[in-house]
Amino acid sequence: MGKTLYDKLWDDHTVQRNEDGTVLLYIDRHLVHEVTSPQAFEGLRLADREPWRKDSILAVPDHNVPTFMRHTIEDPVSRMQLETLDKNVAHFGLREFPLNDSRQGIVHVIGPEQGFTQPGVTIVCGDSHTATHGALAALGFGIGTSDVEHVLATQTLLMKKSKNMRVTVDGKLGKGVTAKDIILAVIGRIGTAGATGYTIEYAGEAIRDLSIEGRMTICNMSIEAGARAGLVAVDDKTIDYLRDKPMAPRDDLWDQAVAYWRTLVSDPDAVFDKEITLRAEDIQPQVSWGTSPEMVVPVSTSVPDPAEEADPVKRQAMEQALRYMDLKPGTPMAEIPLDKIFIGSCTNSRIEDLRAVAEIVKGHKVAATIKEAIVVPGSGLVRLQAEKEGLDRIFTEAGFEWREPGCSMCLGMNPDKLGAGERCASTSNRNFEGRQGAGGRTHLASPAMAAAAAIHGHFVDVSQLQ
Amino acid sequence: MKAFTQHQGLVAPLDRPNVDTDAIIPKQFLKAISKTGYGPFLFDDWRYTDGGGMPGQDCSQRPLNPDFVLNQTRYQGASILLTRDNFGCGSSREHAAWALADYGFRCVIAPSFADIFHGNAVSNGILPVRLDAETVERLFQECFSAEGYRLTVDLEARTIETPGGEAIAFEVEDGIRHRLLNGLDDIGITLQSADAIRDYEQRRKQEKPWLYTEPA
Ligand code: SF4
Repeated sequence: MGKTLYDKLWDDHTVQRNEDGTVLLYIDRHLVHEVTSPQAFEGLRLADREPWRKDSILAVPDHNVPTFMRHTIEDPVSRMQLETLDKNVAHFGLREFPLNDSRQGIVHVIGPEQGFTQPGVTIVCGDSHTATHGALAALGFGIGTSDVEHVLATQTLLMKKSKNMRVTVDGKLGKGVTAKDIILAVIGRIGTAGATGYTIEYAGEAIRDLSIEGRMTICNMSIEAGARAGLVAVDDKTIDYLRDKPMAPRDDLWDQAVAYWRTLVSDPDAVFDKEITLRAEDIQPQVSWGTSPEMVVPVSTSVPDPAEEADPVKRQAMEQALRYMDLKPGTPMAEIPLDKIFIGSCTNSRIEDLRAVAEIVKGHKVAATIKEAIVVPGSGLVRLQAEKEGLDRIFTEAGFEWREPGCSMCLGMNPDKLGAGERCASTSNRNFEGRQGAGGRTHLASPAMAAAAAIHGHFVDVSQLQ
Repeated sequence: MKAFTQHQGLVAPLDRPNVDTDAIIPKQFLKAISKTGYGPFLFDDWRYTDGGGMPGQDCSQRPLNPDFVLNQTRYQGASILLTRDNFGCGSSREHAAWALADYGFRCVIAPSFADIFHGNAVSNGILPVRLDAETVERLFQECFSAEGYRLTVDLEARTIETPGGEAIAFEVEDGIRHRLLNGLDDIGITLQSADAIRDYEQRRKQEKPWLYTEPA
């Protein structure tokens, strides 16, 4: 029987199989940020251990970083976490892109951008959105702080293999429909626990048609579907993407690497434990209405009615979400007025996302009713590229603020936050209660949808725009 | 991890069931950056009367709750915590175990423990001992009536010896016993396979040399 891409990656990294069915899995790459690493480094020091392989580690501050006036960090707890990362990096002699480095950015944006993420590697980070890296056929998954210490000390993790799921999106996407809409539609279909215990491979014509950036958006939100990892097979786009990346192999090694990367596809006779198929033509621009990423509908429809839900547990969750979001069933999604617009996060802050926003806002103005509209590039290099293309001027002329890279309003750990009751169109990945700030209300959407919402003050169906 | 073979220590009786992790160490301490230093904040809300401490605060001047067991003179220096059912329930925060260990507890005796806490305690060198409720009740009575009440916990022999010379047997899973006796944390266990990891790495370097070049 053939192997899936996941089977191949798993087998290639198996150091040792244990009697209880667990495996000691080798980790090639380790991304470290300020929030989940301090206790891990302290654990190393207390046990008098050194990192097993320092060249496998890349550290970067991102979660606590302010996106303006970034060198004056007012919150003492944030400042302490950032300083601690710098100290740990210095103590152990690791590589870091510090705050003043133009390569600094969100950990999941800089990994691929540098070619630190490569096909066929295992890559971990103390952050659940490490699934992002699967877009390059790397096995990436998030880990807890104890695991961070374990990887630092041993270069391995003790793991149980997950099952194989394939999500196939056939056909061609319609106008204005993006990678974000695909993944929101998938989560809406299978639910936030739909892929629990699985690794998802995304396949089909609509996935192959996406850029690597688009594939990252999809893999990024695998965790919102319950999967720890998401993957896309290697094709010409993968290889083109990596060519000339600063940390990608060169010369002979490049050729050797490419020959291997080409094998990183599921065998034609591989069997998946679960298969989901969507038709690209059926996917419309999506918006979330509730407090879980599965609470999502096409923008052309209305807020759903809990009364129509048969399952009492789900009905209750819907009612609670509507109360929190202050929405009434039957309200057209396009009529919900918004307060803030956030374009950023590891889901949608790459250059392609910013180009999509610029295309929509060019020559328009942010609606007067919008209190704040910010564009936060995913990394310093994305920021430079956008400025080279003049995108920053398009944003600021339209009334957006153009910020410095970081996680920003994705999680309310730095100064960018929603106030209680504020409603935001956000290109991030989680709409949980209080995620973007206590009492804040999040509507997840694609960059194009968030941009159009900024101009109109409410959501509009971008597939209908002229 | 500190090995646990035999431990003799003063017993502090915490006479409540369902002591949850938020009581052991309140949520504001989750933003801290260390694994140590939580001892002064153990049972923060019960121990102090000022409505809660902050990470990094100096606790020496804070108003103490005189009724709380750990504030009583006779229990100063306690290293064995005697408590009731379902100790450590609530969130998965490892900070609870860090706080107990940092305070100086090496052993917690209770009729039952929450699962995740049980694992976290072991990972941090604390031995959780389950005894039936009647035995626990008896130990409480003995502890209340005799100042300076000490127990000897012998993990090798799987017994607890009382000052009266009675040896109470307890059960402990073999894996946990092995880890504690030898002071092995998860990392320590994995490092027993260090040769296998090095062999794998050697092979990998040869087969996929591009993964090991010093990045630009
Ligand atoms: S952008 Fe958001 S989801 Fe991504 S790493 Fe930062 S906080 Fe996590």
